[in-house]
Amino acid sequence: MSVTQTPTLKGQALPQRPAIQRFWGSAPVSVVIYFVVIGVIAWGSYTGAQNMGYNWQWYRVPQYLYSFTDDGFQLGELLIGLGATLQLSITAFVLASVLGLLVALLRLSGLVIGSAVAVGFLEFIRNIPLLVLLYLFYYVLGPIFGLDRYTASILTLAVFHSALISEILRAGINAVAQGQWEAAKSIGMTTSQTYRYIILPQSVRFMLPPMTGEVVHLIKSSAIVSVIAVAELTTFGRNIISDTYMSFEIWFTVAIVYMVVTLILSVGVTYLERRYDVDQ
Amino acid sequence: MTQTVPIIEATHVDKFYGDFHALKDVNLTVYQGQKMVICGPSGSGKSTLIRCFNGLEWHNSGKLVIDGIEVHEHAKEIRELRQEVGMVFQQFNLFPHLTVLENLTIGPMKVRKIGQHEAEETARKYLDRVHIPEQADKYPSQLSGGQQQRVAIARSLCMETRIMLFDEPTSALDPEMINEVLDVMVELADTGMTMVVVTHEMGFARKVADTMVFMEEGRIVEVSPPDQFFTNPSSERCRMFLDQILEH
Repeated sequence: MSVTQTPTLKGQALPQRPAIQRFWGSAPVSVVIYFVVIGVIAWGSYTGAQNMGYNWQWYRVPQYLYSFTDDGFQLGELLIGLGATLQLSITAFVLASVLGLLVALLRLSGLVIGSAVAVGFLEFIRNIPLLVLLYLFYYVLGPIFGLDRYTASILTLAVFHSALISEILRAGINAVAQGQWEAAKSIGMTTSQTYRYIILPQSVRFMLPPMTGEVVHLIKSSAIVSVIAVAELTTFGRNIISDTYMSFEIWFTVAIVYMVVTLILSVGVTYLERRYDVDQ
Repeated sequence: MTQTVPIIEATHVDKFYGDFHALKDVNLTVYQGQKMVICGPSGSGKSTLIRCFNGLEWHNSGKLVIDGIEVHEHAKEIRELRQEVGMVFQQFNLFPHLTVLENLTIGPMKVRKIGQHEAEETARKYLDRVHIPEQADKYPSQLSGGQQQRVAIARSLCMETRIMLFDEPTSALDPEMINEVLDVMVELADTGMTMVVVTHEMGFARKVADTMVFMEEGRIVEVSPPDQFFTNPSSERCRMFLDQILEH
């Protein structure tokens, strides 16, 4: 085993940070502070709940996540709800991406009418609350076009997020250097060939981080469809609470389920981005 | 050399950027096989002029006929024209998400609809021509500036172009890489390619050019053969410019 030798430095040592700063900045002190803060919050909530006489029944929660019966492993209501949430979100996201790409291309088309339509759509969607948009789709467009609540929810989420996604796509497309357009043109490519083979593949790199944020945002905002009783995670949580009165436990659990899913997504994409970067 | 077939003809061409008059009454003819070097101070319109030659910019009035096609913004044949006219940019503009080989084959395959096998064969031939056959599978960012510019030249050649335009091809390069690019351009000139080169590399100009053009403030000030251009330019402004860049 070799011991790395500290090289003898010829220069004068530089002044260090003051001792007090070094103390507060050191890792062990930070960890202690972190646990103290978390502990205070947890203890505060717990004693608060005790004082109002809340009856904690955590032992009853797992059955809503999963259970083992004679038939073997069974998904509980909350995880079935999560499945519905994911299905809703993915469908809405795919639709939102297609619509968003159309709006972005319209805006970038250079046609006065095209960008006017795109900007009008964007401003309309961005300036009304998601909840109102949902009511519009369900209570106004629903009866007119015969949309059921599930379709209305998907359309609401897709339309709302398409506005945000189109801005991400537009920014990503604009982030590709102008010279790429010129190079593609100079070898005779059409506009659509240029988008397909040159511009869009490059803009993925710029779009990936904000798009992940958007998926996370979409999964979270999908909870809003519980107000029109579409079967998904939040609705199931509400139903369980109305049966069992365990509002603290169930809302905590629902929150954690959302958090786990979105965290996994963020970590996964960070990994993807790193791999993608190496390739370039 | 026979210089009789005109391939680019500009007559009274004017170009504006808003209020800025970028090209002023430009008249210029390039003949097939000609090697033309355009120089002039920055902002004199030389890049604008050659960018008009393959429809990256549009002139506002006058007539510009290239390879029998009259160029204007609404010309249907503009894409066919671009396939005939290659452009090499100052910043290379290689496609960073594609390998060198893919950079060379994407144009022939997608635009000319040539099969992959044939396109790759052509690509390797031209990579050989620019002396970097071993870099085919690398990405542009893994190459030096000089190598990237040579790939860019090969990319244009793969389209089997008849005219090559160079827009300050060595200005973004480190000094020690300039010569490897210029050497490739000299070899290309020897094959009889029609070339219009915007550059300040006067050594290259002396070696290759058969016509020198000097531009200033959007106007063509002088068109003359190199020996006359370098020894006895007719305009005072051109003389001053040459004194400045040849001083070193």
